[in-house]
Amino acid sequence: MAELSEPQTMRTWRVSTLANPTAFMRLSGKLLPWLIAIMLVLFAAGLTVAFRAPPDYQQGETVKIMYVHVPAAWLSMGCYTIIALSSAGYLIWRHPLADVSAKAAAPIGAVFTLLALVTGSLWGKPMWGAYWVWDARLTSVLILFFLYLGLIALREAIDEPGRAGRAAAILALIGAVNIPIIKYSVNWWNTLHQPASVIRADGPAIAPSLLWPLLIMASAFTVLFVVLHLKAMRAEVLRRRCDAMIAVRVRGNAAQESAAGEAMSHV
Amino acid sequence: MFDLGPHAGFIWLSYLAAALCVAGLVLWVWTDERTQRRRLADLERRGIRRRSAQHQDQDKQ
Repeated sequence: MAELSEPQTMRTWRVSTLANPTAFMRLSGKLLPWLIAIMLVLFAAGLTVAFRAPPDYQQGETVKIMYVHVPAAWLSMGCYTIIALSSAGYLIWRHPLADVSAKAAAPIGAVFTLLALVTGSLWGKPMWGAYWVWDARLTSVLILFFLYLGLIALREAIDEPGRAGRAAAILALIGAVNIPIIKYSVNWWNTLHQPASVIRADGPAIAPSLLWPLLIMASAFTVLFVVLHLKAMRAEVLRRRCDAMIAVRVRGNAAQESAAGEAMSHV
Repeated sequence: MFDLGPHAGFIWLSYLAAALCVAGLVLWVWTDERTQRRRLADLERRGIRRRSAQHQDQDKQ
């Protein structure tokens, strides 16, 4: 087998370095203040342009709900994709940081999915005349929300972290089939929900005066997600360190007690 | 800028829901990290060390 070329060796070294929990804590600690600053600037700019954007010719001012609904909906799917990729990484390479990533992302994804459902309902009532309809897009997003809750509950139900991680990873990969169903539900079935109007093969179908505020708000929400995910991962790494320390102490005490018991039996 | 027409209530409720979700998540992740930091500091104060740290100590001896 040919030896790794220089760039390949470098790439492998970088990935493994980043995947080391101690290196992750150091790097994320340095990155977070910058990310928080960028997020605050993006939210300030996004909210300003969103509230200054003109009303839609059909939907009027209710189009402003789009600036929180669409980023939340994108993140609900983006977050699940990250969980699925992390789960695949954990099952294939058994790297603990991949499991940390999957575990930390689940509650964040659940909240963004709930936000997409709530804001969608609040947009649906004035536009469709109903808070909820059992159509393909809404139902598949509701299933995504239940999948998130299932992932969280499954981890809570299994005490041993390794087994909990593997079970959650398998469920996450099975549930990943729902992501393309959500994306293409508006094309495959008749639905009240409008079809894709930003990410389309022939380019966005939204006027630039409404598209720009949406893109800035989507960027702000994406950076917010990265900040929340990194913080939640840091907390999880610390939790596992604490649990490992307690386990070492318990094993140490048990070994001492058993040695003492053996010594007593010889007396 | 803030005259949002006849459906203003729906728009404000959407932004309120977003603010509550974001505030809740921020509060949760920041509190969780702080709690784990305190827990770790408490364990270290009680002399409990990580296995990797114990191995490092053994290597030094």
